[in-house]
Amino acid sequence: MINKKLDRKADIQILDGNHAAALGAKLSRVQVIAAYPITPQSPVTESLSEFVEGGDLHAEYIAVESEHSAMAVCTSASLVGARTFTATSSHGLAYMHEMLHWVAGTRLPVVLACVNRAIGAPWNVQNDQQDSISQRDTGWIQIYARNNQEILDSVIQAYKIAESVYVPVMVCYDGYILSHTEMPVDVPSQGDVDRFLPPYKPHAILDPANPRNYNLVTLANPRVNADGILCHGYMEIRYLLQEALQKSRETIINVGQEFGKLFARSYANMFWEDRLDDAEIVIVAMGSLAMEATVAVDMLREEGHRVGVLSLRVFRPFPKDYLIEALSKARLIVVFDKNISYGSEGATCSEIKSALYGNRINAVIRNFIVGLGGRDVKAREIADAVRKSLPSLEEGGPNIEYPEWICHM
Amino acid sequence: MKTNAVNLTEKEYLLPGNRTCPGCSLSLAYRHILKALEGQVIVTVPASCLTVLHGMYPVTSVDVPCVNTPFASTGASATGLVAGLKALGRKDVTVLAIAGDGGTYDIGIQALSGAAERQEDFIFVCYDNEGYMNTGNQRSGSTPLGAISGTTPMLGKQQNQKDMLAIMEAHGIPYVAAASATHPLDLYEKVRKAKTIKGTRFIHVFTPCPPGWRFSFGDTIRMGELAVQTGWIVLYEVEDGAFRLTSASESIARKGSLRPVREYLMEQGRFNNITEEQISELQERVNARWKRCLDRVTNL
Ligand SMILES: Cc1ncc(C[n+]2csc(CCOP(=O)(O)OP(=O)(O)O)c2C)c(N)n1
Ligand code: SF4
Repeated sequence: MINKKLDRKADIQILDGNHAAALGAKLSRVQVIAAYPITPQSPVTESLSEFVEGGDLHAEYIAVESEHSAMAVCTSASLVGARTFTATSSHGLAYMHEMLHWVAGTRLPVVLACVNRAIGAPWNVQNDQQDSISQRDTGWIQIYARNNQEILDSVIQAYKIAESVYVPVMVCYDGYILSHTEMPVDVPSQGDVDRFLPPYKPHAILDPANPRNYNLVTLANPRVNADGILCHGYMEIRYLLQEALQKSRETIINVGQEFGKLFARSYANMFWEDRLDDAEIVIVAMGSLAMEATVAVDMLREEGHRVGVLSLRVFRPFPKDYLIEALSKARLIVVFDKNISYGSEGATCSEIKSALYGNRINAVIRNFIVGLGGRDVKAREIADAVRKSLPSLEEGGPNIEYPEWICHM
Repeated sequence: MKTNAVNLTEKEYLLPGNRTCPGCSLSLAYRHILKALEGQVIVTVPASCLTVLHGMYPVTSVDVPCVNTPFASTGASATGLVAGLKALGRKDVTVLAIAGDGGTYDIGIQALSGAAERQEDFIFVCYDNEGYMNTGNQRSGSTPLGAISGTTPMLGKQQNQKDMLAIMEAHGIPYVAAASATHPLDLYEKVRKAKTIKGTRFIHVFTPCPPGWRFSFGDTIRMGELAVQTGWIVLYEVEDGAFRLTSASESIARKGSLRPVREYLMEQGRFNNITEEQISELQERVNARWKRCLDRVTNL
């Protein structure tokens, strides 16, 4: 269903993931960009600089001296009322950690593209999702893309979400697998994006006409202001951030649906479903891995297994309640994680387990750690892992306590 | 017209009653800095005594818009304010970054140096109480040789101060000035001048700190005066490379000479364990700097 209001039917361009992200930021009319190069994100910084220098994008491009500074620039620029963008990977994201907390605590709608890369030591520039997963508790919304179209669309939607709920949004996509792989992307016109995304209207702003002091020392308990009105303590402010993330689920879905109406690509849920209708075995994956899982499902279906894929699009807020329905028929859930919470298991596995708790879904859960540091994950290996898990389907019984690794150990 | 106590802006932007210690010269400096900028300013402040001065939510002691920013990020935060204002077409506001010596010489030097190299358009004030006072007085890159602090508790600091003013000048920025909280009119004029200049402007403000330096809180002004009279600090400005002595330092250069630095050191408990060799070394440093100033001065 193509909306009549569309400027053009389609402008298909062959783009790699990094250019899709940069184009998403440009179409969102970002006003301040601050970024520091890191593999595999660097082309994002270069193409944005090119847009700005070439006069195609009217924005301030600040070539900062570190990622910590990149996020500090975005924070302050956002606080005077500008729409801001940055991008990074791996060590850059880790280096930003303090500022990630700060931005979320200040409730600023900054958008960051995270090109997922392994983190050292030892050095490794290839893909996994340890970097963004390690930042899951900083109060950011996290969206994961499966392909380059989703990268571009998600950046545009990210601004609408962030500016509705005043929570920063991280759009994550796999390094090299997406960032450096070209694929066709339907690029919306500026006019259509403008119709979808109005200019940023800040809720808080630094202005001499109305002097306010942001992020003062704040005690745990509420305290009265000069007019005798009781104001929030630190705990209440934290509560409100949690509440904002909880409620953002609705916003994320609404924004996705609205986007769908305008651009005929619907993002109506926080996860993607592939052949879940009759599936008793569900593969859970996030990012480009979900595409590979789809191929694995083709193979397993041919063998007669009723398998489907649930691919997580939004990791924070975790779509707990929404998942239950999709997983209600599952008897075996095989979760693939490109990250590991050392001493525990893959982060998405923990989330799935916690979502199922108390919901009478009696599925066995198996967890496989895959693809760390760019280790190739083949559809065949995903299928093998599922086959290896099949006995659990028959035996039911205890979940395996530790994750299994698809590597030579 | 020279500023005096009569023609100083009357309006106060630092409201009465803040959380600094009695005799705190930071309070005094901040008051005059804000007066000089007459409210058309957005301030960014990292973790420091100034955070404490600003008060506790929801009450603040300042009447200017302000953002508190993480310790290392002051130069970048100021950059962001400038970029945001520029993107929105606002030209009427000065951005002021103000950090302690820790937030300038140590953890904040990267963001500041990056911003200065990019020639970002803001005023950066470093108020220098020569230590990490907010966390209870530990050594910083600005703590002097021989000074006792929480992390140099018995022997005193074994190294000399970093020359931050020289470092900032080496960035080729249009305005660098050395002022003292205890000489508020000189400070006021320097901020006024900085306000009219474009690019990164750096003002170092000496801020004697009674509890950290261990002198009586009624002696703050005297400590600043002694610092100038002994050459421990020199009041000057460098505008587009032209070096001028100002205020009391200019007077000393015109007539008279520096008093021995020992007179300054002996007034403060933090130097109780200083050795004779260290005093001589400090005296030599002071002499050498004074000579450099006299060699460069263009206004005598
Ligand atoms: C990253 C980080 N490390 C340490 C601290 C703790 N801390 C807060 S203020 C401060 C010292 C501030 O010293 P300075 O900049 O000289 O300002 P002063 O307190 O002396 O005014 C320290 C170490 C912090 N807030 N953030
Ligand atoms: S410790 Fe020193 S600088 Fe800090 S508030 Fe007290 S007197 Fe002022």
